[in-house]
Amino acid sequence: MIDKETVEYVANLARIELKKEEANMLSGQLGDILGFIDKLKEVNVDKVLPASHAITVSNVLRGDSPKGPLSAHSVLSNAPLKREKFFLVPKIIE
Amino acid sequence: MSKYEAVIGLEVHLHLSTKTKAFCGCSTEFGKEANSQTCPVCLGLPGSLPVFNGTALDYAIKVALALNCKVQEYTKFDRKNYFYPDLPKGYQISQYDLPLSLDGFLNIETEGSLKRIGITRVHMEEDAGKLVHENDGSLVDFNRAGVPLLEIVSQPDINSPEEAYQYLSTLKSIIEYLDVSDCDMEKGSLRCDANISLRPLGESKLGVKTELKNMNSFKGVKDALSYEIKRQAQLLESGEILTQETRLWDAKELKTISMRTKEGAKDYRYFPEPDLPPFIITDAKIEEIRKSIPELPHEKASRFVESYGLLEYDAKILVASKKDALFAEECFNAYPGKDKKLIVNWFIGPLMAEANNRNLSISGLNISSAYLIELLGFLSRNEISNLTAKSVLSDMIDTAEAPGKIIKSKNLVQISDGQALKEIMEEVIGENQKSVTDYKSGKENALMFLVGQLMRKSQGKANPKIARELLKERLNA
Amino acid sequence: MNKNLYSLTAHELAVGLNKKEIKSEDIYSALDGRIKESDPKVNAYLRPSKGLSSGGDRITSGIPVAIKDNICTKGFHTQCCSKILEGFIPPYDATVIKRIKESGHSCLELKTNMDEFAFGSSTENSSQGPTHNPWDLNCVPGGSSGGSAAAVASDEAIWALGSDTGGSIRQPASFCGVVGLKPTYGRVSRFGLIAFASSLDQIGPITKDVYDNALLLNIISGYDPNDSTSINLPVPDYTRALGKDVKGLKVGVPKEYFIEGLDPEVKAAVEEAINTLRKMGVEFKEVSLRHTEYAVPVYYIIATAEASSNLARFDGVQYGFRSKDANLIDMYKKTRGEGFGEEAKRRIILGTFALSHGYYDAYYLRALKVRTLIKEDFDILFKELDCILTPTSPTAAFKIGEKVKDPLKMYLSDIYTISANLAGIPGISLPCGLTKNGLPIGLQILAPHFQEEKIFSLAYAYEQNTDWHKLKPKLT
Repeated sequence: MIDKETVEYVANLARIELKKEEANMLSGQLGDILGFIDKLKEVNVDKVLPASHAITVSNVLRGDSPKGPLSAHSVLSNAPLKREKFFLVPKIIE
Repeated sequence: MSKYEAVIGLEVHLHLSTKTKAFCGCSTEFGKEANSQTCPVCLGLPGSLPVFNGTALDYAIKVALALNCKVQEYTKFDRKNYFYPDLPKGYQISQYDLPLSLDGFLNIETEGSLKRIGITRVHMEEDAGKLVHENDGSLVDFNRAGVPLLEIVSQPDINSPEEAYQYLSTLKSIIEYLDVSDCDMEKGSLRCDANISLRPLGESKLGVKTELKNMNSFKGVKDALSYEIKRQAQLLESGEILTQETRLWDAKELKTISMRTKEGAKDYRYFPEPDLPPFIITDAKIEEIRKSIPELPHEKASRFVESYGLLEYDAKILVASKKDALFAEECFNAYPGKDKKLIVNWFIGPLMAEANNRNLSISGLNISSAYLIELLGFLSRNEISNLTAKSVLSDMIDTAEAPGKIIKSKNLVQISDGQALKEIMEEVIGENQKSVTDYKSGKENALMFLVGQLMRKSQGKANPKIARELLKERLNA
Repeated sequence: MNKNLYSLTAHELAVGLNKKEIKSEDIYSALDGRIKESDPKVNAYLRPSKGLSSGGDRITSGIPVAIKDNICTKGFHTQCCSKILEGFIPPYDATVIKRIKESGHSCLELKTNMDEFAFGSSTENSSQGPTHNPWDLNCVPGGSSGGSAAAVASDEAIWALGSDTGGSIRQPASFCGVVGLKPTYGRVSRFGLIAFASSLDQIGPITKDVYDNALLLNIISGYDPNDSTSINLPVPDYTRALGKDVKGLKVGVPKEYFIEGLDPEVKAAVEEAINTLRKMGVEFKEVSLRHTEYAVPVYYIIATAEASSNLARFDGVQYGFRSKDANLIDMYKKTRGEGFGEEAKRRIILGTFALSHGYYDAYYLRALKVRTLIKEDFDILFKELDCILTPTSPTAAFKIGEKVKDPLKMYLSDIYTISANLAGIPGISLPCGLTKNGLPIGLQILAPHFQEEKIFSLAYAYEQNTDWHKLKPKLT
């Protein structure tokens, strides 16, 4: 249904490392789930507009007035790694 | 370069100069301590939600209208999903299939004629944070994360690096007139990426394109495009097949470098941002904003030609900067004479030179129109020489003193009095007998030399016209 | 006030507080004892060994509310029962937490257990181990707000907040024999609720009876300028809907909900409830919600797509768990591979797939369109109905471990609750019976957008004529 390459492609997009067994299992389970979801193909959706929101509202805006920032301590208090006032991440090797 | 035509499209990212960020109340001020202008929303902390800044929307509509775009009645935000440490939520709030505006244009000047460059779309999004790369990792500062951005995408209507430069200058000038961004490339508030491909002249099919990034100035854009045209032409000449890729401009080495990525095609998984309801932009709203758009540079230039009798060429130079143009107009109005040529010449000449030397704009020199007019008054009444006037200008900028006061205190009034000049002249003749002989034997240049000596002796105060006449009269006698 | 304080409702306790017969501290210490006694069996709370008495600067005021672990509490652990948020302490309070404090009440420092990131219907997918159903400890309490529902059912909490994306308040309320309401989308601010699916999530009250539910909704409801999807409509006093005459109310019973898969005991209990209400003058009518069978597939596309994006921020950069690696991309992949549980990974992958290039139109866009049809089904019915009445879940609580290996079967246990989230309408679950095995059965009442008052009137009328809400589980 959904082959392992697709699972791996999608896992890479989602930046999730999957163990071999996980990838195998997912490829089967996702196949089943998508098979079930394919039920939606029965529905005629011509001329139906998509609903991205549960409620129809529009033009929700705020004024351009400043609010105080978080304290420096709060910003960095959860950081796994930091240096001075910065978050520190491993080297970016594409 | 004759065999190929370059096809160039530009993508400009522009910070909007709102007080607060796009989706939260944090300040957008530049250059603050790392992560000091952040809150749960722009840090993307779990549970936080965005609320859009109404002023950012107004500014965006203003730019779209000034670029002749069609503002859409229904527009919405989408999420652009990708991972990068400067992107706190793992997605950027941007616009995808229903952008704010579509289908505009911008006229640029090229080789004396106007060329229309199409604008595909102007859409709204948020900026990411900033990375500082160190040996053992990268530092992340989220102060910039969430600053409102406009993305302005041109059609591939640009055919040379010079046109690209013109496009950017014209765009920047319009944005400055709208007063919605400081357009400062050094601060990153204006950034530009380019797409470029070559095709044989006369061919309509597009070639393989390269995306150019990392240009830090308009000149950088121009240089990078020129380099890329040469590089691609050479490859095409040698029969090689180009690959579609992203290349980075190296401003030190003056070349582009391939940015190798493993990723292949990007798959951003755009979908409608569920945290932000859509926007319905009414005609009334559009009209209200249209009315707030000031006179734009090309309109101002035409008016300068019409109202003040300027040459079109001069007018265009004057209007490039909004503040300078406002200052120039103030001077036109304050100047009693009908002919504004002297003012224009001074703006394009000495004022611009002073501004360039000091790395300022003309308006940044901070001289009042009254003082400038006063100075030009001394000059037009022949009370000081052009040379003296320039040095007085310099003093005015340094000291903020009135020109009259400077001229008086430095005793710079031009000597036009015949008797006083004659005395100096006799001294000069006495000291430069060889030049006198030369002149008499037909060497016209010698006269110039003698005038120069006379000017020097008078410390620049001699009226050069009168001095010349007197010398001529005396030597021909 | 001779009863154990923990076994009382909030409105009963409020009387005592007002008369100054009891103090807030008394409620805290009663709950502290109760949690120490029974939570080892139930596991409704995270780190219950900590107890309620530790921490010197505890604020005890009013009647404490138990808070689900996905609602941000300033200075106190909030980690969605996920390893990836290990140690995360929010620097801010969710709007609902602020409102609770402003109302003079307080929050328990212990957070309630849940399925990781609210992904589940059984509270088995938790990094903290499963919660047990107080009515039968071998059964699940439902999910994802299983901790909140079990805490209220077992008298370990007076009242609680949960969150509901596809039934995560109502289904556990049903399984645990308590009252749970999912308000209209936009009624309660989501600011500070760690998002699962932004267009479906709502915070709501889980309580011992309908009265308490209306009281807690009064406190947490209302427009929030920090949530663009919260709606600026006045908040009525919901307790004023209690005791209103229900005679003549028009209630629909959708035939699509009474089909194969519905447990006969559940069906009988719901029919009995209909009879009770009919006797009070409520007018019932069989109706049709034509697209009901598509609700689950629509939900699993939309909810997982939104979740895949909402959970992208858990990347080890700013907070929570980070796997050690010298290279950024590997750090991301390992952090997320190790930090997320099985169900979270399954949903992120499914959602990422549904949005990915080439599949968007066939899955995501189509699901959004069918969502429109599901909403329209309700719109049409509500033109002539006040409420819709259904079972909350096709079955009573199932055994722990029974559905873990079969995600699809697990997903189908939300079949009756999901439509309300897709349509954004409010829905309540309240107890309406017990199975032969002594497990609670839940009755669901749905109403049009912002008509929570109708739900409360009907639910209260039913409750006042029955005793199901007074039954207490034996914790065995």
